[in-house]
Amino acid sequence: MSVHHSVSTHHHGGSGAGWLALFLVLSLLLLGLVVAIATAIGDYAIGLDTVFLAVTNGLGLTGADISPIEQSVVWDLRLSRALVAALSGAGLAICGAILQALLRNPLAEPFVLGVSAGASTGAVCVIVLGIGGGGLSLSMGAFTGAFSAFALVAILSNGATSGPNHTILAGVAAAQLFNALTSYIVTTSGNAQQARDVMFWLLGSFGGVRWPDFHLLIIVVVLGLGVCLYMARALDAFTFGDEDAAALGVPVARIRLVLFALTAMITATIVSMVGAIGFVGLVVPHAARYVVGPMHLRLLPASAAIGAVFMVLADIASRVIVSQQTVPIGVVTALVGVPFFALILYRSRPQT
Amino acid sequence: MTIEAHNLVWGVGRKTIVRDVSVSVQKGETLGLIGPNGSGKSSLLRLLAGLRQPRSGDVRINGQDVARVSRRALARQVAFVQQNAATDTNVSVHDVVKLGRTPHRSALAGWSAADEAAVSNALAQVDMQSRSGQAWQTLSGGERQRVHIARALAQSPIVMFLDEPTNHLDIHHQIEILRMVRDLPLTSIVALHDLNLAAMFCDRIVVMQDGALVACGSPGDVLTEALLHSVFRVAASVSAADASERPHIRFRSE
Ligand SMILES: Nc1ncnc2c1ncn2[C@@H]1O[C@H](COP(=O)(O)OP(=O)(O)OP(=O)(O)O)[C@@H](O)[C@H]1O
Ligand SMILES: [Mg+2]
Repeated sequence: MSVHHSVSTHHHGGSGAGWLALFLVLSLLLLGLVVAIATAIGDYAIGLDTVFLAVTNGLGLTGADISPIEQSVVWDLRLSRALVAALSGAGLAICGAILQALLRNPLAEPFVLGVSAGASTGAVCVIVLGIGGGGLSLSMGAFTGAFSAFALVAILSNGATSGPNHTILAGVAAAQLFNALTSYIVTTSGNAQQARDVMFWLLGSFGGVRWPDFHLLIIVVVLGLGVCLYMARALDAFTFGDEDAAALGVPVARIRLVLFALTAMITATIVSMVGAIGFVGLVVPHAARYVVGPMHLRLLPASAAIGAVFMVLADIASRVIVSQQTVPIGVVTALVGVPFFALILYRSRPQT
Repeated sequence: MTIEAHNLVWGVGRKTIVRDVSVSVQKGETLGLIGPNGSGKSSLLRLLAGLRQPRSGDVRINGQDVARVSRRALARQVAFVQQNAATDTNVSVHDVVKLGRTPHRSALAGWSAADEAAVSNALAQVDMQSRSGQAWQTLSGGERQRVHIARALAQSPIVMFLDEPTNHLDIHHQIEILRMVRDLPLTSIVALHDLNLAAMFCDRIVVMQDGALVACGSPGDVLTEALLHSVFRVAASVSAADASERPHIRFRSE
């Protein structure tokens, strides 16, 4: 419990809507900047001015004369990748914030309901066992696995209505089961190369994403954020527990089930696209709480903004740390995130 | 009648915890609920507030069956102060009291002047207005309890259930809070352990033992030496001059 407590011991900044608006505008500007940098940087470096023209060309606003290769690298490869990174970061951060509130546990994160374990089982079924005979894509397999895990958790915890700790235990049980299935399949049927593929996929990669991924993800994340904002007041009411929320007029069972299903949906979509990227969903909500306080109407947009910027930065880092090679994104989020988090922990330690 | 409960029965598994309890409380009345530990006071309050479904029996508040009203509509009329409420989240006193406005605000509505007035009034009523910005985690036990009462007041209820609202308070605030509850134009049911405070501030008292109501009436009628001996197993002398006066209880040590 100590992480939760100490991270948000003193709120920074004011508490007015003005501060939040300023913060969001600054974050969006920053996000624009880091996306531009992510688009410019790479094995084939492109100037920021060319990036800008390539983007406006792609949007059909200009018809500037730049080389087709640069146009294609910026528009078809890097921009979609950067935007998917931003949306994944935002989505994971929102899910983390919601699960921390619903489960009343500062260690809750998007994968606590077994979603990533389920996704990996689905992925190995496709990679190793070849289920679907090539007709089933890796993403579809992972998504199916992720949702099966969530369904198991929902059944084990009576539709996620039987209290936070019970739900967490159900999630742990589901994760263990699906991880065991994954290991079983990999060790009995896989070869070394397949095992490596699975491992690499699990640690996350934005390598393969293209515009269709972005289109799907923006619908899921924006809709999800909308629903969550609509329920933000109800989430606040969970501060003192389920029964207290009920006494404040919140339909507890319904809200829990809707929000659990929503987080599972967002997480499963992200995991099936880019793998199980850890740390973002755990840490970003704490950082956001430190900036805007614990009330969800402010916390959710702030988490989304910080998560987006953080993930794009992590993607940039993953491509530049080792030249000619991409470090798995999950490794980078932890490597970059832990020092940041240590700083926040240190600055917000309880004054005794 | 503002609160009317008929033949409430509730239990967990094979254990029956509330046995066939019927009570009715008039508008504006303050009803004291006393009884030994584990006698079912908190359970009964939860049933009355609609937070648990009784196995049989029903509860009506202002004529409406609480099992049939939406949670939100109910929370606009009924506030519940829990025996102990805790959180790990670092919220400010103002944030906590603001939560009391939840049932009155739509999902995205702004913070209105009426909301702010309700919150600052509530804080003033429990003598905490100067602490509005303080972090809830840093409050003392009694201050937390007063903030929770303020939150219930900010709900602007017509019925209030308080589960041992005074158990962390100093004697001044015990008296102030109970005086306030009595003087507000609210119907309230208060679970209490301090029998003298119950005698001083409640219009009527009901006594629970092993999940059943064993006595109900004015403080003078209920708080007798015989009842204290049979329900609480204590020896006490009750000084009640006449029926119009509040009884006073002195416990004896033998
Ligand atoms: N969910 C539950 N499961 C099992 N037993 C329960 C449950 N809830 C309450 N009980 C039991 O029911 C009895 C009544 O509990 P309740 O909390 O209503 O007592 P109380 O009168 O409020 O006591 P206190 O004065 O200590 O607050 C206790 O013996 C308690 O152990
Ligand atoms: Mg109790």
